[in-house]
Amino acid sequence: MIKTRGLYDPQNEHDACGIGMMVDLKGNKTHELVDSSLTILENMKHRGAEAADNKSGDGAGIMLQIPHEFILLQGIPVPERLKYGTGLVFLPKDKKLRDSYLDIIREEVARMGLELTHVREVPVNSDILGDAAKATEPFTAQIFVTGSSEQEGLETLLYKIRKHVEQRIDDGDFYIVSLSSRIMVYKGMLSSTQLREYYPDLSSPFFTSAIAMVHSRFSTNTFPTWSLAQPFRMLAHNGEINTIRGNRGWMEARESVLTSKTLGEVSDIHPIVQPNMSDSASFDNVLEFFVRSGMSLPHAMAMMIPESFNEKNPISNKLKAFYEYHSILMEPWDGPAAMLFTDGRYAGGMLDRNGLRPARYLITDDGKLIMASETGTIHVDATKVIEKGKLQPGKILLVDTDNGQIIRNDEIKNMLASECPYSEWLSEGRVELAKLKSGRKAEDAVQDYTRRLRAFDYTREDIDRVIVPMCQTAQEPLSSMGNDTQLAVLSDRPQLLFNYFRQQFAQVTNPPIDPIREELVMSLTEYIGAVGMNILTPSEGHCKMVRLPQPVLTNTELDTLRNIRYKGFNTEILPILYEKAKGAKGMADAIQDLCRQAEKSVEAGINYIILSDRGIDDTHAAIPSLLAVSAIHHYLVSVQKRVQTALIVESGEIREVMHVALLMGYGASAVNPYMAFAVIDDLVKKGEIQLDLETARHNYIKAIDKGLKKILSKMGISTIRSYRGAKIFEAIGLSQELLSKYFGTASSTIGGVTLEGLAKDAERMHGQGFGADTPDSVLPFVGQYSFRKDGIRHAWTPEAISTLQLATRLGSYKKFQEFCSIVDDKKEPLFLRDFFKFKTNPIPVDEVEPASNIVKRFIGAAMSFGAISKEAHEAIAIALNTLESRSNTGEGGEDSERFYNNVDGVSLSSKIKQVASGRFGVTAEYLVNAKEIQIKVAQGAKPGEGGQLPGFKVNEVIARTRNSIAGISLISPPPHHDIYSIEDLAQLIFDLKNVNPEAKISVKLVAESGVGTIAAGVAKAKADLVVISGSEGGTGASPASSIRYAGVSPEIGLSETQQTLVLNDLRKEIEVQVDGQLKTPRDVISMALLGAGEFGFGTAQLIVLGCLLMRKCHTNACPVGVATQDPALRAKFRGHSQYLINYYTFLAEGVRELLAQLGFRRFEDIIGRTDLIEIDSTKFTEKTSHLDFSRMLTKIDGALFKTQDQHHLIDDVLDRKIIADSKSVIEKGGKVDLSYDIINTNRSTGAMLSGEVAKHYGHEGLADDSINVTFKGSAGQSFGAFLMKGVSFKLVGEANDYVGKGLSGGRISILPFEGTKYEAQDNIIAGNTILYGATSGEIFINGRVGERFAVRNSGATAVVEGTGDHCCEYMTGGRVVVLGTTGRNFAAGMSGGLAYVWDKNHDFDYYCNMDMIELDLIEDKAGRDELRSLIEKHYAATGSKLAKQMLDDWEHYVGEFIQVTPIEYRRILQEERMKALQQKIDSVQRDY
Amino acid sequence: MTVPRQDAGHRPIHERIADFSEVEQTLNDSSRQLQASRCMDCGVPFCHWACPLGNKQPEWQDAVYKGKWELAYKLLSATNDFPEFTGRICPALCEKSCALNLCIDAPVTVRENECSIIEHAFREGYVQPNTYARNGKKVAIIGAGPAGLSASVRLNCLGYDVTLFDKMPSAGGLVRYGIPNFKLDKYVIDRRMAIMEQEGIKFQFNTMVDLNDLPKGFDAYIISNGTPTARDLKIPGRELKGVYFALQMLTQQNLRLAGKEFTPEETVSAKGKKVLVIGGGDTGSDCIGTCHRQGAVSVTQIEIMPKPPVGYNPATPWPQWPNILKTTTSHEEGCERRWCLTSNKFLDDGKGNLKGVEVETVEWVPNPEGGRPIMKPTGQKEIIDCDMVLLAMGFLKPEHPQYAENVFLAGDAKNGASLVVRALASGREVAAQVDAYLKNK
Repeated sequence: MIKTRGLYDPQNEHDACGIGMMVDLKGNKTHELVDSSLTILENMKHRGAEAADNKSGDGAGIMLQIPHEFILLQGIPVPERLKYGTGLVFLPKDKKLRDSYLDIIREEVARMGLELTHVREVPVNSDILGDAAKATEPFTAQIFVTGSSEQEGLETLLYKIRKHVEQRIDDGDFYIVSLSSRIMVYKGMLSSTQLREYYPDLSSPFFTSAIAMVHSRFSTNTFPTWSLAQPFRMLAHNGEINTIRGNRGWMEARESVLTSKTLGEVSDIHPIVQPNMSDSASFDNVLEFFVRSGMSLPHAMAMMIPESFNEKNPISNKLKAFYEYHSILMEPWDGPAAMLFTDGRYAGGMLDRNGLRPARYLITDDGKLIMASETGTIHVDATKVIEKGKLQPGKILLVDTDNGQIIRNDEIKNMLASECPYSEWLSEGRVELAKLKSGRKAEDAVQDYTRRLRAFDYTREDIDRVIVPMCQTAQEPLSSMGNDTQLAVLSDRPQLLFNYFRQQFAQVTNPPIDPIREELVMSLTEYIGAVGMNILTPSEGHCKMVRLPQPVLTNTELDTLRNIRYKGFNTEILPILYEKAKGAKGMADAIQDLCRQAEKSVEAGINYIILSDRGIDDTHAAIPSLLAVSAIHHYLVSVQKRVQTALIVESGEIREVMHVALLMGYGASAVNPYMAFAVIDDLVKKGEIQLDLETARHNYIKAIDKGLKKILSKMGISTIRSYRGAKIFEAIGLSQELLSKYFGTASSTIGGVTLEGLAKDAERMHGQGFGADTPDSVLPFVGQYSFRKDGIRHAWTPEAISTLQLATRLGSYKKFQEFCSIVDDKKEPLFLRDFFKFKTNPIPVDEVEPASNIVKRFIGAAMSFGAISKEAHEAIAIALNTLESRSNTGEGGEDSERFYNNVDGVSLSSKIKQVASGRFGVTAEYLVNAKEIQIKVAQGAKPGEGGQLPGFKVNEVIARTRNSIAGISLISPPPHHDIYSIEDLAQLIFDLKNVNPEAKISVKLVAESGVGTIAAGVAKAKADLVVISGSEGGTGASPASSIRYAGVSPEIGLSETQQTLVLNDLRKEIEVQVDGQLKTPRDVISMALLGAGEFGFGTAQLIVLGCLLMRKCHTNACPVGVATQDPALRAKFRGHSQYLINYYTFLAEGVRELLAQLGFRRFEDIIGRTDLIEIDSTKFTEKTSHLDFSRMLTKIDGALFKTQDQHHLIDDVLDRKIIADSKSVIEKGGKVDLSYDIINTNRSTGAMLSGEVAKHYGHEGLADDSINVTFKGSAGQSFGAFLMKGVSFKLVGEANDYVGKGLSGGRISILPFEGTKYEAQDNIIAGNTILYGATSGEIFINGRVGERFAVRNSGATAVVEGTGDHCCEYMTGGRVVVLGTTGRNFAAGMSGGLAYVWDKNHDFDYYCNMDMIELDLIEDKAGRDELRSLIEKHYAATGSKLAKQMLDDWEHYVGEFIQVTPIEYRRILQEERMKALQQKIDSVQRDY
Repeated sequence: MTVPRQDAGHRPIHERIADFSEVEQTLNDSSRQLQASRCMDCGVPFCHWACPLGNKQPEWQDAVYKGKWELAYKLLSATNDFPEFTGRICPALCEKSCALNLCIDAPVTVRENECSIIEHAFREGYVQPNTYARNGKKVAIIGAGPAGLSASVRLNCLGYDVTLFDKMPSAGGLVRYGIPNFKLDKYVIDRRMAIMEQEGIKFQFNTMVDLNDLPKGFDAYIISNGTPTARDLKIPGRELKGVYFALQMLTQQNLRLAGKEFTPEETVSAKGKKVLVIGGGDTGSDCIGTCHRQGAVSVTQIEIMPKPPVGYNPATPWPQWPNILKTTTSHEEGCERRWCLTSNKFLDDGKGNLKGVEVETVEWVPNPEGGRPIMKPTGQKEIIDCDMVLLAMGFLKPEHPQYAENVFLAGDAKNGASLVVRALASGREVAAQVDAYLKNK
């Protein structure tokens, strides 16, 4: 087991993968099935990953039924089938140790009254292993346990034995792979092709099974251990549990109420969740526990991964009650998940509520079910297939091999929902807050208003810039540019404890959710009350809860709860105060008392505890509410009393969304921000908010709710119940001691403030309000969002801005040095790097490599045209192209004219082309004009969030570059809909590399803890460059709280990245770039020493071009013409590319001088040399003296900088053949017809061909149907990606995910295999996320497809015969015709284009997200004609039976179609029509 | 940026030139609020940065815009104890560094906004004397000019007993005796003094303090007696009748308006005279306006330095103070302005009276060592007819002996002649120093 080193922490590992399963429905055991499932595994090799040695796999495995015959043939004396238990055990190589472990097993087996009859040394083929795998290879034994006759009982005993052994042996080299009488698992740190070779057992023709489940793992780093390979004991998981920290914590807290009949006392098998394992392993542990406790497998699965059951989901009320009942008992295990599971008899699969992982299945007429992440992983004769489908979000498919039955979702769920009268129980027991009426009314005003405001450190900004806008707009306020203020720990002002924390967010390994457009999966519903004992026994008693629709309670609601005497509820108020005079000791004692009192309350049967600081007075100061909640939460967990009560926080500190999120994240169920309400009351009374109190308060709460959803969704979490206690934050600048004592976090990145420090701040704040003098009612303005001389320190001061502008304008290096000294020599450190000192060893400057070399390491950070003006964008491109470095298009695309235009011989084209989630203007032409293609996973200022460019800002030019229509809103979704997981990223990299093999592919991440492991995953996904963006980075518009509270300093992120990459030996293959408030040569050197090889400049670049940091970008009113599209303001742009050239040249000169001082001639020699950094302790203050930089500065030995290129594996893709075969057409035009076989490992087919065409012909492409290719088989992912105009693909067979991604004018048609027996329109023929970001072209699909069809389509035409959820999401243009049913949430965020849907069941409106669209019958002739011609084309392309049927009876069918029109699009159409009419009228008048 | 800048404007020349009342007019509240709304509340407010007092312009302008005059007053008075002074006579460094000055050459009317806030506050009675707990320590301030006044207010708030000594009959220093009433009417100072007295600040006027023998009985002293020595022009004929320091005339005029009478011998007046003002700064400009009001026949102003550029000077880019041609209300009232002229000698009419000045055109060549350019006479001489010369060539930076550790310097006395706003800032600064010093005694 690799231990924590530097900032690398194995806790942060992520994994994702490919999964597959093959089941013989009748239970016939064959070796053929084993063999085929291994083939399935091998054909998903691309979904797994390998280490830097290109040999060690991240893990592969197979779960099978116990091969009884095979065991007998080994001469092992076992009783009859199912009467004995067996399983593999990983043991240490050391014989003595091994024997001692076996002795322990023997003892434990005996203790359960059984006998360990045999230990078999499992033959393995170690020669094939890679170095990393070999180094950790275990000794693999198979043990046999006999002695029980009763089968179910045997499973339980075997489970207990395993748990007992695990309790006794704490050794990373020891692991029981499985121990069961039904199934067994073979797995290891192998690649998917190695599994078969490594375990010769699997190749024995006598090795038979009716169920086989395989898994191939892609881990974000190369320390995957043998034990973490999958499948586990019951399941194989593809995806990630985002809420894992909370789930594990709650599981531990819950153990005391989980006594079960079959297992007895839980303490006997404690801990249920095995420590130091992956999220999937923990899930498996809990699933197994529930099943062993007597719950059925589907029941446990449905409880742990419930469907979304709010009103937007079409499921029965009975089932909703089932889910609600269970949601009281357990929070969802939330995150992308495709789960395959089996207990040896039942086998099945299930998806998470949002369906974020693919799972396709088919059933054959000879009784086989094949289910896998991809279709086509094994050849199946098309004539034998009777059904093809995919798992649907939240749905289960189950096979009972004993009865030979397939049990469908509805049947299972109906069965589950009918087990108990859940609805009745709920209506009897569960109380809804809104329905409680006490008749009392609580005041919002408070006494000592000003004193309290000051004691809780309210500032005028809190009121004017946070609370007021929230009341007025029911939204969080927006801001722009980055956060250039001090970290809380560096500030000399007293700090709210909240300020030390940063939100974590999902990037790459799991997707954020869109909380607005995909609201149907979100929920803020909370239940408060005590969970009863023995929750495993279904009972009405468990429902005695109060349901809260959202977690912010008004004073009246809190008062109601406080005085509730209904149905035996009772509450207790614990004051979170301490005697100020007693200082830190007093605070510590008070916290300890609180914990004990809370424990007593639980014992006394109190249902919920209200923690309140209302009692603050002259002598009593408030304990930071977060500290109190977290301390009590963790204490109650440790004494196993946590689930018996709920915590409500009534605190004056709470004002922002982040505050609420933190309290929830550390265990609170509800909060009451009474001071915020008092402020609102005061504002209303003074008439400063012109709303009534009710409305203002309602808006404020709504704004918090929206903000909470956003914070949850950033992490990919959909319900507040799984967010609560999940601690998805990191603390920067709090000491290890504090974190481990009160926050349940073992390590602190940089150390920092102790409890003494917190007490001191609490005392100071208290003194502000309750000091001797009557405090002034005018609150301080501290300069949080804007510079004040006496306020919070900002890095960009007026001096710095004006000096830099002057220096670069005049071209004066002397002035530039003045600028550097303003920035570098400030008195108080603002950033962590300000504590750095360098070890010097001077050499003459002229020995250092020239500035013209160094300057190439300086990169223009991404800023989209749209956010900034054309003038500014082009000036940046010219400057960086002149310097032979690279500028970045940003996510808004680039006007294609710029690809070919020059100014004085310098190209206007940005060398880095960004690919962001909106895919604006990402065409094949765009991509082939790049030197680097950057996948923007997250943006520093708002990681995990999407964006929206409102329609009024989209002018003609922006519309052109983004391939949309002027006036139509453009939404960037929070996730890339083709990156839900790390193997998806690998696929996208592969796509882009195919389109443009010469371009480097980079991935932009935002610094957070754990970013290092993600970067390692990115390296293994074969990116050439990873960008670590500091949280201080700028933005055009973002919620103010995201700018402040998301992400961490670039120093921490960079350092963790470097350490992890070096540790993995991956750094040599990938370049690391950093950005985030870099300004001076000193910044560059600091970051280089931490590991960066390239440096991005954003804000500095804009300032050189004239930006004054007005922070007005989001208003379009930039007075210097930098961040605006207003022509009048753009005329005021005074920047020039020369200024930037000056800046970068000066920067490079300065870097040379520093290199000379350090004593290095070449830049690369200092990369990663943290040993050259010393900490300048003279800069420490009392508060900062506890900072500890040692983890950040740990130097890991190994290759520190990039020396070699990645192996992209694009040398023998199918496209090479196609390009060769169509060479003459590409070069000279003409026409060619080709045909090929295709299988699922042929990925991104058509991408490279399209790149070639785009290189030759630009976006115009070839004449229609110049290159016609027919494929037969199952196409791999991204079939027809970026297909260019003039290329037509016809696929006979089926396709996987991402068909026609970024379609650039090409034509694709997909039709079923010849000879298929099923009806095409009833079966899934292609996967998820088809046509993502397509800009033009056509696609015709003779069958159904998966989720998110035509997402972000901006111009392609599509005809399909049925879709999954979220069809046409974020669409801005094009046409979509659906000849069949759709899933939920049709047209969410659709702002342009049209869709025609055949509403045969007359229920289509239920499946629509009506926020942005209108539904009509097709009444005008133009619409009918268009639809008919599209269906005719579809028929021509695919020969669809359904299309034919419709065309034959057109008048009947056309009446059943519904037209979906986005309202914005309708407005524009109408405007155009009016314009045309006007023109006509004008001409008529002229005729007279 | 949709609201254009609107200056309050000045009274018409023919009207104002006949009296000494304030030249500047005022806007009504709604227009003022509209002007305040022009403030963009910059993320980095350069106005605030440029202001020596650190006034928080965006904050109080926002308050004015919203009609919250009292809040505006509180915010303004938190950094500035005499906004009625600076609101009238500050050259407004803030406006020069306003982002709107850079972008559309029309900065927010910050100074006028400031003035309207304080006038509003007086009118509405927001400005009320406070009482502060006494700490029993005493501070003497020598010189009741802006620096001294500013220090006194701050120290008084902190509980010190403050006594201001001044050689003149009333407080204000150059604000009272240098600046003409048409720029700042003296009731403005009286109004403030009344408040200060009610707050417990003591004034001792007509008292010349010997700096080498400071009054006894104080715990600390602040010397803020300004720059007593004006720069002289020691050229032949300096002794002639008709050659005066600018302040001789300005002070006398102010005293006269305050009711003091002068004998004809003492009187310095431009009535019926052809006046030459030597020195192109603000004091010179004040002389011009005063001369007009006294009934001068003509006024000419000469300056030794070259004419600064009009409108924009690349050598002093935004947000720096722009060194550009400044035309004051006094210039508008009629005056010939000339540059690059050095004065060689004053000419005698034979009776000991001045009859003209010989001036010579000069050239300025860049200094090879950097710094101030070097002056080169051209030999091109001429005589300017005049019977009165006012020397407005600035003041000498005073030199001070080594004082005891409880003696502090402030304002012009410390830094040399500068703006009122800098003196006010210096006063606040010294008050903090004194407090820090005495707190530990």
